[in-house]
Amino acid sequence: MLITKTASELRRLIASGEVSAVEVATAFLDHAERFDEKVSAFLRLDRKKVLGQAQAVDGKRSRGEALGMLAGVPVGIKDILCESGETTTCASKILEHYKPPYDAHVIARLKSEDAILFGRLNMDEFAMGSSTENSAYKRTRNPWNLACVPGGSSGGSAAAVAARMVPLALGTDTGGSIRQPAGCTGIVGLKPTYGRVSRYGLIAFASSLDQIGPMTHEVDDAALLLQAISGHDRRDSTSAPLDVPNFIDAAKKADGKLRIGVPKEYFGEGLRPNVEAPVREAIKVFEKAGATVKEVSLPYSSVSLAVYYLVATAEASSNLARYDGTHYGFSAKDGANLEDLVSRSRGEGFGAEVKRRILLGAFALSAGYRDAYYVRALQVRRLIKNDYDRVFQEVDVLLGPTAPTAAFCIGEKCEDPMAMYLTDVYTVGANLAGLPGVSIPCGFTSNEMPVGLQIQAAAFREELVLQAAAFYQRETDWHRRLPRLVEETGVRA
Amino acid sequence: MSDSQVRTVVGLEVHVQLLTATKLFCGCPTTFGKPPNSQTCPVCCGMPGVLPVLNRRAFELGLKAALAVNGDIARFTKWDRKHYFYPDLPKNYQISQYDLPFCVGGDIRIPLEGGGEKAVRLVRIHLEEDAGKNTHSDTGGDSLVDLNRAGTPLLEIVTEPDMSSPDEAGAFLETVRTMMRDLDISDCEMQEGSLRCDANINVHVETDGKVFKTPIVEVKNLNSIKMVERAIAHEAQRQYEQWKKDGKVLGQVPKQTRGWDDAKGQTRIQREKEEVADYRYFPEPDLVPVVVEDAWIDAVRKEVGESSSERAARYQEAYGLSKYSAETLVAKGKAGVQYFEALRELGVEPKAAANWILNDLYAHAVGRIKAVDDLPTPPARLAALIGMVKENKLNLNDAREKVMPKMIASGEAADVIAKRLGLEVVVDTGAIDGVVDEVIRDMAAAAADYRAGKEKALGSLVGQVMKRSKGKFPPALVNEALMRKLKG
Repeated sequence: MLITKTASELRRLIASGEVSAVEVATAFLDHAERFDEKVSAFLRLDRKKVLGQAQAVDGKRSRGEALGMLAGVPVGIKDILCESGETTTCASKILEHYKPPYDAHVIARLKSEDAILFGRLNMDEFAMGSSTENSAYKRTRNPWNLACVPGGSSGGSAAAVAARMVPLALGTDTGGSIRQPAGCTGIVGLKPTYGRVSRYGLIAFASSLDQIGPMTHEVDDAALLLQAISGHDRRDSTSAPLDVPNFIDAAKKADGKLRIGVPKEYFGEGLRPNVEAPVREAIKVFEKAGATVKEVSLPYSSVSLAVYYLVATAEASSNLARYDGTHYGFSAKDGANLEDLVSRSRGEGFGAEVKRRILLGAFALSAGYRDAYYVRALQVRRLIKNDYDRVFQEVDVLLGPTAPTAAFCIGEKCEDPMAMYLTDVYTVGANLAGLPGVSIPCGFTSNEMPVGLQIQAAAFREELVLQAAAFYQRETDWHRRLPRLVEETGVRA
Repeated sequence: MSDSQVRTVVGLEVHVQLLTATKLFCGCPTTFGKPPNSQTCPVCCGMPGVLPVLNRRAFELGLKAALAVNGDIARFTKWDRKHYFYPDLPKNYQISQYDLPFCVGGDIRIPLEGGGEKAVRLVRIHLEEDAGKNTHSDTGGDSLVDLNRAGTPLLEIVTEPDMSSPDEAGAFLETVRTMMRDLDISDCEMQEGSLRCDANINVHVETDGKVFKTPIVEVKNLNSIKMVERAIAHEAQRQYEQWKKDGKVLGQVPKQTRGWDDAKGQTRIQREKEEVADYRYFPEPDLVPVVVEDAWIDAVRKEVGESSSERAARYQEAYGLSKYSAETLVAKGKAGVQYFEALRELGVEPKAAANWILNDLYAHAVGRIKAVDDLPTPPARLAALIGMVKENKLNLNDAREKVMPKMIASGEAADVIAKRLGLEVVVDTGAIDGVVDEVIRDMAAAAADYRAGKEKALGSLVGQVMKRSKGKFPPALVNEALMRKLKG
């Protein structure tokens, strides 16, 4: 079946002419249009537009033109990445009808590699959340159990990939928003090193933490999509002026003989036994292949969540200041004066969690509190990075759980922001330190919910992350499993 | 202001728009006077997802200014966001520099009214982006926002409170303007808003051996140098009178911001800050810090070339100009200096060249002097006039008062004008001798006095000869002929 093939296989089939890009697109469209009624992963999916792109790829092939590395491969887009002339909402009412006048760097890259931009995926509003329940538009469900959340904030991307509605998707990760939903839905989600992928056109949540990354089934596909979007972009001053390694080759290497560190802080209070067990088993797979495994310590990880929620909210309060109802996007009706117009537009346009974070961040930056909160958080952020720097002198990669629990039920944590925030406890460190990390499926709970294994490496060492993850996928087949609901529609691996 | 000693204390915050082709963080042009919102892009409109990229040329112009004022250039400097909500600021924060400005300290020397000069110390200079412009309807309709100016690079120069009169503040701004124009940092067109100024003003009243400092007031919206001077004069007087009424001093009332109403000639309260506005500054995460290497500073230093003080010293040393002439000439700016060099190349003696430029040429200049062409007459014309005086073909007074104005007005050559006005000096020694003989004969008593040793008597004889010649005889030749004949 076309929709269970890998991206690299699809690209090969299309390039060789064995199938057309239109056939591939049609297969995914047919499945997605039916199955998304259950999952609600897409905010917008335009059949005509998808087929138009596919026809263009087929035309290129028939004229004998060179095809891009993602020719004809559908890629789902988190609704936070700007595409010229296409509604881009960040799942917020405040950007309900907003159409950017320009393409994000990654969108331009996908276009030039002949990828098919396959619809817009749901997310937590402005990427703030861990369950996709904060979307102003819809609640996305977990394809493994429709009563559960798909994680967040890239929950739409995760659910769409997990349900085979799209072979590849782009997500963004500020505190775990690629890795945590990947873990919740049994797929691969990779957050690159800060600076590896240009943020130009990524609608900012927290500028010093945000990164765009691939969400796929196979590590090879993650390497392929990462290869397509990586590299220096002069429009993003924080994008690294470094040569991009060959990620595809790194994934092919699939060698598990690495120096592995297991942070003891990731196995403490809060970690559910049904998550811990598969993660411990996964580490043994590496040991069997000759890896050296040692326990390491990241002492400051105990405060990383606190630091994260100060840094991220401070930056968010600033980044979201521009949504004021006067230039674009939602504008409240009948503002009595400027101040009234701005406060009503923001009051009506933003959801509760976004408002909570803006208030938190504005407070952390305000005169009299700035030193105690924001400045202190920056200092501790440095210490967190030092922890990693020290550990990566001794080990190549760190292994541990992606999140303390498997996917939880819809509504379960909505009334308890702290419980929701704790979901990110193992993932925020990589954002604060700017490191690459991936979540790959490593087993299931007794309730048939996927469990994620997180692999982190030093900055700009995505090759190590990919090599380790590809090794694990060669040794196991968790990533080939299909959610029962998907199988019930006749889809076969 | 009477009874006690009253001293005005002024510190300025000057905003200078940089002469870059493009904006500070995007590639949009900075051209003034284009249709609203035609000079914009997603970046300067603050669209979601955009990122700023530093215009290095803007930073270099900042470095030029830092070198010109002898400030300390920070080797590591960063950007910060300053938050406030206003529709002309599309991101609702301004990218500025908070605690690590690129330049700290330095000073600018200003000429004082009664001669001499004064160093006005600078606190700091930093770079920031300009806001757009709001246009409010008089009839209560919608306000309009034009973002053409949004993102234009600005230098903010903050002084110590070192100025003690409206004149000094005016002199400071004139000096800044000349410096910025000469270094091609800014064109400083106040009516186009490329030089703007806020003034922090208070007065120190000394009475019965005690000093009372009135609360500091910030006066905004000062759009011309004259306005700055008028506003300071008015505000100092107002504060003094307020103090006489209520005796309130610094710290007893919240800091006030007042606007200057030029039509009414008074300042008006804008807002009273209970505490300093909370701008929630934090480091701009979308930009990397700027590291300034020696090589970069050296390259900019080369571009700056000779500094004003180096040039003034050289003019004294090489051309024997007085300290005053050399410094004034240099302080007047690049155009005057180039004019001076041109006169010198035309063979005019340097001291004469400096005197003519400072005493005469600038007196006839109108409007803004950017280049040599903006001075009233080309160097070759003035050189010819100076040459006529030197060769005794024209009296100095006639040259300055009669020929020069005509030359500027009509563009004719000096000799043509002198001839038409009948001012050409007669150098025919026979004619001079004839009149001298006549005068010695007619004023026999004065001639006798001189011969008897009364040197002063010569003056009246000279005066009489000049009178009879209608001023056409060169005084030096008249003197010489008289003495020759009286002693002979």
